[in-house]
Amino acid sequence: MIRIPPAALVGLFFTTLFFFCAIFAPFIAPYGMAEVVGDVWEPSSSEFLLGTDSIGRDLLSRMIYGGRTTIFIATAATILSFVTGATLGFFAAVSGGWVDQALSRFIDLIMSIPSLIFALVVLSVMPTTILTLIVLMGLLDSTRVFRLARAVAVDITVMDYVEAARLRGEKIGWIIFRETLPNALSPLVAEMGLRFIFMVLFVSTLSFLGLGVQPPQADWGGIVKENKEGINYGIQAALYPAYAIAALCISINLVADWILSRTTSLKGGRG
Amino acid sequence: MTEPLLKVRGLKIGATIYPPGEKSRHIDIVHGVDFDLEPGKVLGLIGESGAGKSTIGLAAMAYGRGGVELTGGEVWVNGRDVLQSGMGDKRRLRGAEVTYVSQSAAASFNPAKRIMEQVIEAAIGQGKFSKKEAEKRAVVLFEKLGLPDPETIGSRYPHQVSGGQLQRCMTALALCPQPDLVVFDEPTTALDVTTQIDVLAAIKDAIRDTGVAALYITHDLAVVAQVSDHIMVLQQGSMVEYGTTDQIINHPREAYTQALVSVRSIKHEEKAPTETPLLRTQGITARYRGTNFDVLKNINVGIHPGQTLAVVGESGSGKSTLARVITGLLPPSSGEITFEGRTLTPDLATRPLDDLRELQMIYQMADTAMSPRQTVGTIIGRPLEFYFGLKGKEKQTRIQELLDEIELGEGFQDRYPAELSGGQKQRVCIARALAAKPKLIICDEVTSALDPLVADGILKLLLNLQKVEDVAYLFITHDLATVKAIADSIAVMYRGEVVRYGPKSQVLSPPFDDYTDLLLSSVPEMKIGWLEETIANRKMESAGN
Repeated sequence: MIRIPPAALVGLFFTTLFFFCAIFAPFIAPYGMAEVVGDVWEPSSSEFLLGTDSIGRDLLSRMIYGGRTTIFIATAATILSFVTGATLGFFAAVSGGWVDQALSRFIDLIMSIPSLIFALVVLSVMPTTILTLIVLMGLLDSTRVFRLARAVAVDITVMDYVEAARLRGEKIGWIIFRETLPNALSPLVAEMGLRFIFMVLFVSTLSFLGLGVQPPQADWGGIVKENKEGINYGIQAALYPAYAIAALCISINLVADWILSRTTSLKGGRG
Repeated sequence: MTEPLLKVRGLKIGATIYPPGEKSRHIDIVHGVDFDLEPGKVLGLIGESGAGKSTIGLAAMAYGRGGVELTGGEVWVNGRDVLQSGMGDKRRLRGAEVTYVSQSAAASFNPAKRIMEQVIEAAIGQGKFSKKEAEKRAVVLFEKLGLPDPETIGSRYPHQVSGGQLQRCMTALALCPQPDLVVFDEPTTALDVTTQIDVLAAIKDAIRDTGVAALYITHDLAVVAQVSDHIMVLQQGSMVEYGTTDQIINHPREAYTQALVSVRSIKHEEKAPTETPLLRTQGITARYRGTNFDVLKNINVGIHPGQTLAVVGESGSGKSTLARVITGLLPPSSGEITFEGRTLTPDLATRPLDDLRELQMIYQMADTAMSPRQTVGTIIGRPLEFYFGLKGKEKQTRIQELLDEIELGEGFQDRYPAELSGGQKQRVCIARALAAKPKLIICDEVTSALDPLVADGILKLLLNLQKVEDVAYLFITHDLATVKAIADSIAVMYRGEVVRYGPKSQVLSPPFDDYTDLLLSSVPEMKIGWLEETIANRKMESAGN
């Protein structure tokens, strides 16, 4: 029986809740995503739990659908960034020599350009579809994953068991996926939580600037943008997405911390 | 009888452990140990790893390492029970009345501070001496410990002196505050044999001259026989035997002590060399990339089929580099290697699979030689699958055969390396090498990290396997006792050169060259008075100075 510490339990509960809402949005949301159901900025009532937004759509439904978009994009981009970043990072570390040099310097080059500016430039010429967003964010962020994966793998490739595999005549694929990857998982999983949050913030920022998810599609950054004028009149609508982002951020990190501490205490053991 | 300086009664020590996948639990690591130590006497604590030696040593300072608790009993130092005293009193005890010398001086000195500053720190901090007095005292101690330039060596940084010198600086550090008791925790274990003997002699003289009492902790009975008045043998946290050094060494009563005394009693008949060697190195010279000196200089040795060539030398002599060159990890700058009459390509990447298969390697640290995330079955099974394409049932049967061969038996296939003991891990590494059906196995210090009794088991296993499988070994070691036990021929290496090479009986009989003489004479013998005799008869200064 695994004992889950209370902090991780809280994180696990909220993370599950967010993902559950994202997946089953159409069944949970009281109204349609783009359905105009009331007046502009109605206060919260039993009919509209969080009130309505700048053009009279139910804010709770917008939040639930927005969460679905934001979480989907962030998840897909995180997976893409980890698959690319980790594979390239391990490849660089295991190959060493000029392959490592060339890859690392190329990644440095990309990292030297601020990602937001890079993204704005690309999005101003490419069509802003969800696919473009995912690929762009995933690839930009994979530079950071590359850095971490390479650093972790460099420590592993000097171990005797990797040398033993080389002496046996193993190909690079075996060394990367069977000798290196299993031993590099725990730092990577912990980093995954952090990168996921960064993705949520990134896609929200892009949407807020108008280059991310396009209306009428709901997403958290977009909801802030649509309702930001309301703040002048003391209307909270723009703050709900911020609360949601903060809550998701904290709960994911609580889970990641727990996974990290569990896998490190298991280091070398079962699991 | 004088009042004891240190009186330990019913000392119990426990620790909290965190086994993988289970709840943490409390275990006892020392179960009620009693002993007395009179002023100016030396007590040797001896046992294998996990016997509780270091833990007991630290308990004399009323200290337990992280997670370790002193759960019961009494430790009296200078007439007061230090386990009961408060934090302030413990601080006055540590570094003033009781001091500590650790195994690795290199890891214990702060690399950013000069040696003198660290040597006098405790003496000043405890208010025993002024800075001037302490420095003067330190210089006297440096001189007494045989350090070069005692006046100025203190102004060096730790990396500017050799390992043996740093260990002596640490002894000076411990003696500087004029303590009543020094705890020596394996002070010479990390040193080369020829350096160890000097440090040992320096420590012994310093103990005698300053009249300090000492707890001397080590796993090497031959070492402790040289310095201590009494010896206590420990096994898994309990005392096995206590007596005078003479009694323990010459008339051990308990079976465990007898085993420790008679360790390395393996007899191995030397085999005559065959006509053609299995592997021969011709004029191998090698250097690492980016350096400008040769680590190996013109190495010519041969290994005969089914026999053992022991390569012996101190750290930095190039033994392991020779292994790297033979395996192809480090292509030599000149010379060639022939294996079964054919020339091996210098680089690993261009060798045919059969050459790789027939040349296997076993490492010193079995811990890092196996991926912690693979089961024993996967580790041993991979070469079977990789070289012979074995699958499914056939592979399982062969894995079990190999496990039987290394005397592990059933139930090990699904275990992870963390669930094995040190000796078992090394056995699994041997099985992995055997799985490839090699003609030659390179053993790089395979027994150095193991306790003597466990190492003995591994050596016996290797010898048996040699008979059954007719495999040749290139056995790299710094331990001459091991060499005597298993070698057919020996190559003595010193600073990248082979200074002596031939059949075992010839290499180990006089006349010796200077270095071989130094090396052979530096191996501690289980004989009281050996240290003084040897120091008096030496021809050559040790390499570490």
